Amino acid sequence: MPDHSQDAIMADAVLSEHEDPSLLAGMLNNRAIFWGGGLLILFALIAAIGPFLTLDPTELNPIKRLKSPSAEAWFGSDFLGRDIFSRVIYGARVSLVVGIAVALISVGIGLILGLVAGYVRVLDAVIMRTMDGLMSIPAILLAIALISLSGATLGTVILAIVIPEVPRVVRLVRAVVLTVREEPYVEAAIAAGTRLPLILKRHILPNTIAPLIVQATYVCASAMLTESILGFLGAGIPPEIPSWGNIMSEGRTYFQISPWIIFFPGIGLALTVLAVNIVGDGLRDTLDPRIARKI
Amino acid sequence: MNEISDTPVLEIKGLSVLLPDGADREFAIEEVSFSIGRSEIVCIVGESGSGKSVTAFTVMGLIPKKDLVPVAGEILLHGENLLGKSDRQMRRLRGKKMGMVFQEPMTALNPVIKVGDQIAEILEIHANMSASARKKRVIETMEDVSLPEPVKMYDSYPHQLSGGQRQRIMIAMALVLEPGLLIADEPTTALDVTTQAEVLELIRDIQARHGTGVMFITHDFGVVADIADRVVVMQNGKVVEQGTRDEILSAPSHPYTKMLIGSVPSLTPPNRPIPEVAETALEAKALNKTYGRVGLFENGRMVKAAQDVELILRRGETLGVVGESGSGKSTVARCMVRLIDPTSGDINVAGTNIAQMAESELRAYRQKIQIVFQDPYRSLNPRRTVGQSIVEGPMNFGLSGTEAQSRAENLMRIVGLAPEALTRFPHQFSGGQRQRICIARALAMEPRVLIADEAVSALDVSVQAQVLRLLQDVRERYDLAMLFITHDLRVAAQICDRIMVMQRGVVVEEGRTSEVYANPQHPYTRSLLNAAPGRETNFARYS
Repeated sequence: MPDHSQDAIMADAVLSEHEDPSLLAGMLNNRAIFWGGGLLILFALIAAIGPFLTLDPTELNPIKRLKSPSAEAWFGSDFLGRDIFSRVIYGARVSLVVGIAVALISVGIGLILGLVAGYVRVLDAVIMRTMDGLMSIPAILLAIALISLSGATLGTVILAIVIPEVPRVVRLVRAVVLTVREEPYVEAAIAAGTRLPLILKRHILPNTIAPLIVQATYVCASAMLTESILGFLGAGIPPEIPSWGNIMSEGRTYFQISPWIIFFPGIGLALTVLAVNIVGDGLRDTLDPRIARKI
Repeated sequence: MNEISDTPVLEIKGLSVLLPDGADREFAIEEVSFSIGRSEIVCIVGESGSGKSVTAFTVMGLIPKKDLVPVAGEILLHGENLLGKSDRQMRRLRGKKMGMVFQEPMTALNPVIKVGDQIAEILEIHANMSASARKKRVIETMEDVSLPEPVKMYDSYPHQLSGGQRQRIMIAMALVLEPGLLIADEPTTALDVTTQAEVLELIRDIQARHGTGVMFITHDFGVVADIADRVVVMQNGKVVEQGTRDEILSAPSHPYTKMLIGSVPSLTPPNRPIPEVAETALEAKALNKTYGRVGLFENGRMVKAAQDVELILRRGETLGVVGESGSGKSTVARCMVRLIDPTSGDINVAGTNIAQMAESELRAYRQKIQIVFQDPYRSLNPRRTVGQSIVEGPMNFGLSGTEAQSRAENLMRIVGLAPEALTRFPHQFSGGQRQRICIARALAMEPRVLIADEAVSALDVSVQAQVLRLLQDVRERYDLAMLFITHDLRVAAQICDRIMVMQRGVVVEEGRTSEVYANPQHPYTRSLLNAAPGRETNFARYS
């Protein structure tokens, strides 16, 4: 055996031991992540701290009904004289909590179901046909049905939005698993007697992380929209908790005389969803350039 | 002779192409000079990364201009310099004055357009012809490349044709305007050996009839021996040697050429001592594997990938399984490791039938049979260090972390790598080094049987020779039984004691390697051996 191979390996080896620092730097350099993330952090701060600094969003003031925006009430007031500014700030909480909770829960459930469906042949058909069934039900109708069955609370709204989001995550994870399970390194692990849970954890799960993070941002944005739609239809968060959806719903009747009731929560919703989607695009580009080209 | 025919079809003078910053070298190709005359086939040979494809793509003007910049030299096509041409002028020349055939005919053809229309498109762009005249010309060209029933085949889609037929369509596309220069970039590498022989024959025949100059890029010296008039040898972007075929193949002067040609495995099996009849390590009886089944959503099409395969593998011997794609040789290998479940039959390991064993019982036997795969780039988990990959198996079977680590270090030395490299990630190694790591990973399990599934097929010829030597070495050192799956008859001749030839899932011939090669019994074996490129050439030997 010629022994130049030992020198060769030293010469060939790239010195960067780990790829993560460059990945983090890449994320900060990405303008989409920078601006979208910045905007999102700003909204999160407003949602977290804002309600302590503003007026009580549920305080009625019959004298100041339907006032237009002024120095006193920045965004004006609604038909019960409640301060729209306080309500919009408080509503940001609901949107972000719903968006993030739905993203985390549906990605969590979808990941487990997707891994099992992709790897365990016997369960694949059962899980996927169930998911097909869920996908064929219109998301809004399903949510309305669930809420009318169990009553409208923050919890049921989140659950109602999670259920139709799960199949999308399951499909994504399953697709990744189906490609990766054919990789020779997975087969080598099988041949080496590695048990199934360890194969999933070591060799398959890491491949799903990048696409899942990206998918989570889209789920988050779509959940915030669905929450607002439900609120607008009167099937969402109960009216005593201000949310962008129910503020707009209540303002609908007065749209022609005081359009600001709908305008400001609408702006808040649009900007937040936009910020989340921009972050998602940026993450997609930095985490996996190959996916970026495919989508 | 008039002046025009004296001008070479293509003349490359001192061509250098810059690589982008941060690449492993400054130039993709540097100071490359050679010429191709009328009716001449010039083979450009070299290993991966030698710059042979960059040369071809630069001539065609198909290199990404942002990344690869030609900085010096001239490319003269019929005396006209191509480097100064605009994109529009180049577009007019491509197809008309030069045509190109690519390696993978399936991806080079558009899957949703009829093959006839794809050829006709070239005429539509470059020639002013009526639709009916175009169709007539296309069918003539298809006849010219010996496609059966061209009128019928005109309306076929690429997936309806065989690999060889698709490559003929590609050649027809390149030749329909009768360009003076044909560039063929590894045109037969993706084809089976018998198809390869036919396509090589076709290229030779066509260039003789039309007087085309051919630039033929290949890594396979067997192909060079069969087709080349002259040979240009490239290494790391530079031309190291050029000359006529016989000069290069039988009396190369540059050390790199000598090394390359010396690495080409001979088709004549060496004399091997007949091993004593040792204990059986692995046995397959009436092994069947059928794909497809009749069910609610299945259309009931069945493929018999392996039919009644009988196989005995003894300790200390290497059994080769050879055949073309679709012969079922990999199916057999994967059944043996139980990566796929055989439909019926027995697989005996250490006296136990594991063919239908449940995974929980099977685990104990997994240790005894290990496999090395073809693709070194996908065989190791890119997110784990090679050390983690090697110790995974032994630790599954209860070895402690420190013991597994020291076993891994020892194995790294045996496969010719530095033990310190265990902490590195796979992307930091070359293909040959990764294949060594895969061998170390398999050996870490202390198996009795090692299965090599096309384990050297993706490697360059010089690296291939080293890995083959390593496999031979570890087989002897650990007294392993080795099942060696390959499509390459040269490789099989060098490493196998016995050989099994498979065709469409059936074993058609089996015997001692030297006997099968010297006196093949089955017609299929004979056709395989006859199709092996360069079978009549004696490559220079240096040992």
